[in-house]
Amino acid sequence: MLSFIIFLPIAAVAAIALLPRERESWAKWIAAGVSTVILALTLVLFAAYDREPGGFQFMDRHVWLASDFVEFTLQYAVGVDGLSLALVVLTGFLFLVAVLISWRIELRPREYFAWIMLLETSLLGVFSAMDFVLFFLFWEIELIPMYFLISIWGTGRKLYSAWKYVLYTLFGSSFMLVGILVLGFTAGTFDIRELGQIDEIKDAVIPVQAIFFLLIIAFCIKLPVVPFHTWLPDAHTDAPTAVSVILAGVLLKMGGYGILRLSFSIMPDVARDASVWLAAFAVVSILYGAIVTLMQTDLKRLIAYSSVSHMGYVLLGASALGTVGLTGAAMQMFTHGLITGLLFVLVGMVYDRTHTRNIGELSGMAHRMPFIATMMVIAGLASLGLPSLAGFVSEVTVFLGTFEHHEFLTILGVIGIVLTAGYILWMIQRVFWGELSERWEGIGDATAWWERGPLLAMVTVILLVGIYPAVMLDLLETGVVPIAERLA
Amino acid sequence: MDSVNRFGPELILLAMAGIIVLADLAWPLAGAGAEKLRRGALAALALTGAAASILWSALLIAFDEQGTAFRGTISVDEFALFFNFLFAGIAAIVVLSSIDLLRGSRFAAEYHALVLASAAGMMLLAAAVDLIAIFVALELTGISLYILVAFLKDGRSSEAGLKYLLLGAISSAVTLYGMAYLFGIAGSTSLEEIGRVVSEADGDTRSALVLAAVFLAAGFGFKMAIVPFQMWVPDVYEGAPTPVTAYLSVGSKAAGFAVVMRVFLVALGDGFISSDWANVFAVLAAVSMSVGNVVALAQGNIKRMLGYSSIAQAGTFLIGLAAVAAADPQLLLGTSSVVFFLGTYAFTNLGAFIAIIAISNKIGSDEIADYAGVARRSPLLALGLTLCLLSLTGIPPTAGFIAKVYVFNAAVQANLVWLAIVGVLNSVVAAYYYLRVILNMYAAEPASEERIQPGYYLGLAMAISVVGLLFIGIFPGPLLEASEAAAGVFA
Repeated sequence: MLSFIIFLPIAAVAAIALLPRERESWAKWIAAGVSTVILALTLVLFAAYDREPGGFQFMDRHVWLASDFVEFTLQYAVGVDGLSLALVVLTGFLFLVAVLISWRIELRPREYFAWIMLLETSLLGVFSAMDFVLFFLFWEIELIPMYFLISIWGTGRKLYSAWKYVLYTLFGSSFMLVGILVLGFTAGTFDIRELGQIDEIKDAVIPVQAIFFLLIIAFCIKLPVVPFHTWLPDAHTDAPTAVSVILAGVLLKMGGYGILRLSFSIMPDVARDASVWLAAFAVVSILYGAIVTLMQTDLKRLIAYSSVSHMGYVLLGASALGTVGLTGAAMQMFTHGLITGLLFVLVGMVYDRTHTRNIGELSGMAHRMPFIATMMVIAGLASLGLPSLAGFVSEVTVFLGTFEHHEFLTILGVIGIVLTAGYILWMIQRVFWGELSERWEGIGDATAWWERGPLLAMVTVILLVGIYPAVMLDLLETGVVPIAERLA
Repeated sequence: MDSVNRFGPELILLAMAGIIVLADLAWPLAGAGAEKLRRGALAALALTGAAASILWSALLIAFDEQGTAFRGTISVDEFALFFNFLFAGIAAIVVLSSIDLLRGSRFAAEYHALVLASAAGMMLLAAAVDLIAIFVALELTGISLYILVAFLKDGRSSEAGLKYLLLGAISSAVTLYGMAYLFGIAGSTSLEEIGRVVSEADGDTRSALVLAAVFLAAGFGFKMAIVPFQMWVPDVYEGAPTPVTAYLSVGSKAAGFAVVMRVFLVALGDGFISSDWANVFAVLAAVSMSVGNVVALAQGNIKRMLGYSSIAQAGTFLIGLAAVAAADPQLLLGTSSVVFFLGTYAFTNLGAFIAIIAISNKIGSDEIADYAGVARRSPLLALGLTLCLLSLTGIPPTAGFIAKVYVFNAAVQANLVWLAIVGVLNSVVAAYYYLRVILNMYAAEPASEERIQPGYYLGLAMAISVVGLLFIGIFPGPLLEASEAAAGVFA
């Protein structure tokens, strides 16, 4: 079942590739159909996942490659626990959104939707891989679709941004590969579950701290953590809207997921030693990200930088090493995916209509696009952590978890919330309120079904998680409790 | 008779080379009507030869006919058989992809005969376990290739041929010098005998052995095309006919690695000397990867770029060789990783070169800038070249990914983490120039909308390579088993 979900998009790629040129408009229907099925199936997994024993379920494993000479066995092994299942559901949801908001793509639609589908396979694979090499395989596959999506369908300095994205990620992942191999050699297995049960990594060819460093550098680039973040604003800004949504909504979570699932679970001792450093980097990310966000004049860049700040909370929560903090980090990944995804969708819609992202040129948009404005207010309030919306739950959980471990740093981190309120409200005020200039008289609101549908769905989930957080928190907790126990 | 039987795969190629030349001579007797069949018939003969050779190798395995031949000068074992398949397969693909090139040439017969003869030489190189046999094989391969490189007879091609010939002659001399040292120390030309003497050698002969190892590494380094013996590569790769370039980059290189493994693991495999040459190979690996990749970055001509990239790739293979001895002579992972990598590389690089032949035939240029928009003009060709380049970069789901993981794993297991890190960082540099070509094909605007249609034969050769590299990427098991069996010979 899980393997079926992971590889279903590949079938869509094949179907799209076989479309004749005259029928290229069918590509979006194929993509939409397949992503709807995937979302439905992930929701089935969500419902069917047995939270009582927790742990990995829906497993599927086969030996893929085995060497006669040494302990070198690669498996095709997939499975989900609470943590990965949440991200799998998020992936399923955001990809459907991404396909729908790309409805009007006219430039080479077949290729576009094929790449989106391939990207979905790689992300589902990353979150459900239970073999470290398989994880790495899906992690690397993701680069190619992203590279094409940004460089062909992007805007602005798209080639530069695509390069920067690929080279940063490759740089990080090349270190990760060495780390993976050293770990696998030392432990005699690449199975993530077995690696997560080893008491202590002994007699590695390099110190354990060095292995931890090799892995975490890849994850910190992806998350991203200041000072490894510079690819992010470029890639987000120049990517097409749907890709920005996926990038912010799902791709960044690969970093956070890697830290929790791999770095922390496999090397808890080093994680304990490094925790204060991680917290410090997290706070720097939160504050630096927020301050830079305040200075942005480009609407999309503003949201992009706010991601740097918000992903800092993920690292901060993780650095607490306790159940509460880790749950908060995981929850923050989920809610940030929804909220920032929604913000990017909205910014994309504004840009589609006005063809500018310069905040200085926009004003009074609420007069012309009340629906978008309403959605933007909700998304903005969720982003700054208003109670009853999803962002609040995760941020409070993060701070609750972190406070007892890193008192001072947590207090610094909370300042980030204030700054978030500042830039979000200021942005909404400048763009949506105020006088409507004549230039924008002719533009209209979001009216098409493929625009309103995703927006309403996202807002509904944001409200649902905000009002009844247990729907996600319980699931995430079953995922992080074993990790927290390792760290205790 | 056993000897002839075991030598069959080589013999049949050489016999077919002779038949092709004779058939070409006799062709006018068949009358004018047969003239237009000539070209196809010659290629068909060459392909038949390669196929028969593969079949013979398969029969040798099926009837368990392994062992030494010709008084112990060649050894037909799993290692040799692996390379028999590899070289016959490579020769077949090269013949297929040369058919368009030979249209209108008067020397098609000689061309095919030389391809087969050099393939026989390469097979012999992998099988030879005696210094004399190795040298004969080296020359058989080399001389055939010198002529093939100069085949076009224009300024570039002749210059390339001459360069290749001169440097090849020097490298032969250097190899011979190294062999003379080994013979002087051991009093025998048999690798096994030399290995026995080396394992009993004391400190006095050590310096002479190191000297011999250095000379041999330099001589074979020319064939492997590693830094600092790579200076012929860019000019020869650019000047030679593209199918020959493809042949050089996979066949000749693989033969170089095969003979190096034979000589160094059997004759110089003893622990007290192997740690010396392993260190040398580790350094050469790091230098080859770095120099090859950095210079490749600056290339505007795709054949030159692939030339430098093949130098860098050779550096990656050397990681496996360095890993062989660095930890423990018994560690076979390094050897099998090299063998595995050579197998994947054959598919990958042949595919890349075939795509280049097809594209260049149409657009009449080897400049990367002229590849703009190729994806629009021929989606399948662009997809094929993309997969080959991704495989060279080491990105899944292609064979290159598995090979990369496997060879770096060998390095880590041999305690060469530093070399693995140099390797992975180099793969980032390499990604830049490989992806640049891909991007150019997909994102840039084409100069014309005219379709690029590869010929039937090129298309077939391309399909074989691409299917091969995807198959290995997804089901690496069979190739891995074969390479481990081949490496097991040195246990």
